[in-house]
Amino acid sequence: MKFFGRFALYAGLALAALTFIYPFLWMASATLKPPSEVGALSLIPHQITLDNYRLMWARAPFGRALLNSTFVATTITVAVLVFGSMTAYAMARLHFRGRAALNAATIAVLLVPGQLTLIPLYTLIVQLGWIDTYTALILPYLFNATAILMLRQFFLQIPQSLIDAARMDGMGELRILFTIFWPLSKPVLSIVAIFTFMGSWNEVLWPLLVVRDQQIMTLPQLLTVFALGGGAGSVGVSLAASMVLVIPVVVAYAFLQRNFIESMAGTGIKG
Amino acid sequence: MRAEQRSGTLLAAPYVGFLLAFAAYPILFAVILVFLQWDLVTAPAFTGLDNVRLLASDSRFWRAVANTFVFLSIHVPLQIATALALAVALNRRLVLRSFWRAAFFLPVVISGAVVAILWSNLYATDVGLINRLLVRIGLAPVPWLTDPATAMPAIAVMVTWKNVGFYVIIYLAGLQYIPRSCQEAIEIDGANAWQRFRYLTLPSLLPQTILVVTLSTINGFQLFIEPYVMTGGGPLRRTYSVVLYLYTNAFSYQKMGYAATIGVALALIIGGVVFAQRRLIGRAEAL
Repeated sequence: MKFFGRFALYAGLALAALTFIYPFLWMASATLKPPSEVGALSLIPHQITLDNYRLMWARAPFGRALLNSTFVATTITVAVLVFGSMTAYAMARLHFRGRAALNAATIAVLLVPGQLTLIPLYTLIVQLGWIDTYTALILPYLFNATAILMLRQFFLQIPQSLIDAARMDGMGELRILFTIFWPLSKPVLSIVAIFTFMGSWNEVLWPLLVVRDQQIMTLPQLLTVFALGGGAGSVGVSLAASMVLVIPVVVAYAFLQRNFIESMAGTGIKG
Repeated sequence: MRAEQRSGTLLAAPYVGFLLAFAAYPILFAVILVFLQWDLVTAPAFTGLDNVRLLASDSRFWRAVANTFVFLSIHVPLQIATALALAVALNRRLVLRSFWRAAFFLPVVISGAVVAILWSNLYATDVGLINRLLVRIGLAPVPWLTDPATAMPAIAVMVTWKNVGFYVIIYLAGLQYIPRSCQEAIEIDGANAWQRFRYLTLPSLLPQTILVVTLSTINGFQLFIEPYVMTGGGPLRRTYSVVLYLYTNAFSYQKMGYAATIGVALALIIGGVVFAQRRLIGRAEAL
């Protein structure tokens, strides 16, 4: 009986895991199949072809989009870490006027749904003449309220004696932050880095509003435009384009799955 | 002390500037836009409450709201049930435990655009994987995304599939906090597995369930890329979402005032629904 229960549990888990993994395996294999085979259930192509990738690469600037996405997501992540730490350090460890109000404002910002500010932000970008620029993709994301609150929470736990000793040695606040606080804050920094990078990498609504020039498009946007506009022409080609977006994420996830899960689920628990 | 005051102000100043430009200003301007008609080319015109009146009688908007409730009525219960089942299954000594967890979480890290493109192919009527499986076991293929009755449920199931790993982690965290002594006590009392789940696990996980309800509801109201990619809002506008309508008004019709009005209405509806859910769950708990 006990053995039977155990067997049923593992069979159930395996079936569930298959439901989550199989579609991605099918996608990967479909990109290597000629059009006649794409619909088949089998994962192993009878005839392996790279035509889908060749066509995808030729029909839309996916290489450029890969660079754009990498540039935008990296810049935002670095900014959120550096500027977010500076803000969080001030909010956690320095006494200045308006600190409590800033804290309250940060929490209030988290409660406002993004759709409320979407149109006013869009009109702002249009009026500033920033349509089709990297500035439009990056600037509204330079600071992140969730990140600031998480960093602040972590910085609050670092002993005051470290700050006092460093000040006695004549260190400035920025040096204290980056040479004493940062090395102690690696866990929270990696959490913030992952959810910020992933959020930016997968974001599609904002780019769809502020970018129309294919040369500036990020990967998910170009993919969406490509798949919808019929530029792909066939299932295999649009799935091959999807793979450009998926492969870097899956490789990173394979190595850092614990950090990914902690980071991407942790923000939900907090917020 | 004065030096600290000065460095604090200096370090916080860029963030204050950011909040003013990218949070305070847009929130304020969203409310102002409600009273304007503006195509971004000609000068904005003050139109009083025209946008609000138009919205109140706009059948397309209310169709989108109704669609969202159809989506939520399937998505929220299904999300709770699947996440709870998987979390309870994982909450024990298991061979390959972190592998199972990582497998369930995989779709969470994948872009929504990719998932939408992938599932349009899985749902495809003639060549889709799902219908091929159905045919193989002797059932008739279903036109998942082209039948008005099945399109929104199909999207709801897909979104549940994409997000379930996220909620599994939330439930697993909650399961850690059920005291060992309670579990032993209920076992000594002779409760079977179902009774243990029903009278100990489920009530103990109420805070997590409230969180799942809130987050999946907010997520449902923000539905965009799935209908945008998979159905374009059809068939018969049955998968049209509020954000898709907002986007169309801004991007295709250049109606900034009206799009902002939809945004404000959406924020109010989300706030209202989440508040009502919490009241209801709170009352159910008191019984």
